[in-house]
Amino acid sequence: MSEKLQTGDSLPAAEPQVPLTPHGKVMAVTSGKGGVGKTFVSANLAAALAKRGQKVLVLDADLGLANLDVVLNLYPKVTLHDVFSGKSKLEEAIIQAPGGFSVLLAGSGMVEYSRLTPEIRADFLRIIEGLIPHYDVVLLDTGAGISDVVLFAVSLASVVLVVATPEPTSLTDAYATIKVLANQQKRENIHMVINQTARLGDGRAITGQLQQVLDRFVVTEPGRGVRLVHLADIPADPSVRQAVMRRQLLMQTLPGCPAALAVAQLARKIEETLIPGGR
Amino acid sequence: MTSSLAPSFVDIKDLRLGDARALLEHGATVTLPDSREHPTEFVQQVIDGLCELSLKDPLTGLANRRHFLSVLDREIDGVARSGEPALLLMLDIDHFKSINDSHGHLAGDKVLQAVARCLARCIRPMDSVARYGGEEFAVVLPNCLVSVGEAVAERIRMTVESLTIAVGPTTHVKATISIGGAYAPAWVRSTAPLWIERADNLLYQAKARGRNRACIDHQQAIAVSAEEKNLLFGHLALGEPAWLERVAAEPGGGGTSAVKP
Repeated sequence: MSEKLQTGDSLPAAEPQVPLTPHGKVMAVTSGKGGVGKTFVSANLAAALAKRGQKVLVLDADLGLANLDVVLNLYPKVTLHDVFSGKSKLEEAIIQAPGGFSVLLAGSGMVEYSRLTPEIRADFLRIIEGLIPHYDVVLLDTGAGISDVVLFAVSLASVVLVVATPEPTSLTDAYATIKVLANQQKRENIHMVINQTARLGDGRAITGQLQQVLDRFVVTEPGRGVRLVHLADIPADPSVRQAVMRRQLLMQTLPGCPAALAVAQLARKIEETLIPGGR
Repeated sequence: MTSSLAPSFVDIKDLRLGDARALLEHGATVTLPDSREHPTEFVQQVIDGLCELSLKDPLTGLANRRHFLSVLDREIDGVARSGEPALLLMLDIDHFKSINDSHGHLAGDKVLQAVARCLARCIRPMDSVARYGGEEFAVVLPNCLVSVGEAVAERIRMTVESLTIAVGPTTHVKATISIGGAYAPAWVRSTAPLWIERADNLLYQAKARGRNRACIDHQQAIAVSAEEKNLLFGHLALGEPAWLERVAAEPGGGGTSAVKP
């Protein structure tokens, strides 16, 4: 496998499908597998960062099958879809979420944009660039899987957060995602958030395990592998389910529960190490 | 859709089928049944004939671009579902314009037909070959292992190179093709335009490198091997780090075997 991955060197045309144009402040949240808490992390992390005084916007980059609206219980009249189709201005589509941050929701009409054409890439890029000056952090909540749309959204981010759970299926998909990002986008650092861990230290062990396999099988250039940075363990916590079922932010309804504390700590770590000009 | 409930709502006499009939009987390729004696068969054959015409390239008899794009969409669905590797080849006759210029357009047509026949012979029954446009052809090969892609393309290239094409009573020409090939990203739903774009870029590269050659992209060979999986969570079975014990014991936790601490 590693040998096949290296053949890219001998084939100059084997360019990544998506050129990397990372923007500072832009952070992508991705996972590989669906249902591991990607949108939960995006929304609650945004709330936690907002509480720390950061100006945050979450963009629903899962253009085809958006879930952020469901998690936040928001159904705006104007969405990204209207911005893409030229019906509305960008400002009109930005709404305030309960957690004190802004959101830009895709809207169900975005399914047609799941076919990523050069025009859509350009539009998307323009939107992101228009948002950047107004926020401290722009979080891209991407879709599951490793589709062209997901890879494109991730390519815009300077920081990539991969959310995984300790389940083998989730680990496999997270690993595959990291592998693709290392190969196609030549990512050197990928930040890990391990969700639903059973006990303290599990997440770090999982990240370590992933790193070992990556070191062995994914070599981008000699001497330069991809480095996983363990950011947080979010413990398995029944409060999360409660908040999700009530369609409320955990950070608001149960800010003292273990999972919420872990998210708050994640926000602090991100602020301290990853946000340009963070305190 | 309600045809079985209301079988006689359409009177064949009311339909203007003259143009369709003329189109199908042109060149006597199709003999239509008598429209009064066998109206259903007649209409069915008209429809079938028109469908066939709309999917075929008239000069070469290969699938046309429209048909090919639908095949490609179906293949993308298959790849996304099965994860099986599928290869798309874009092929272009080298210096086709100079054949036209020096031997005339009829000669050019003969070359197109000969190359088309040759391509159709080179492929497996499950593969599809189409005339994509002008002197460009496309082949999609479902379930084509990454390890054999280059050999397949090379075989096609050599077979075309070996042809001697009669373009006149005493005139023969040789033709070569350049090939660009790209695999569909396994277990990812790509799009036909993106896939074609990648194969086209490689075709362009084959041309730039001097033509009469194949360039195949292996980049999509990204999957997780059994060995990697084993390393990722193989210790589940061994019951090694404590953190996995509980994961494996949980319902739906996905443990592959019971863990004994």
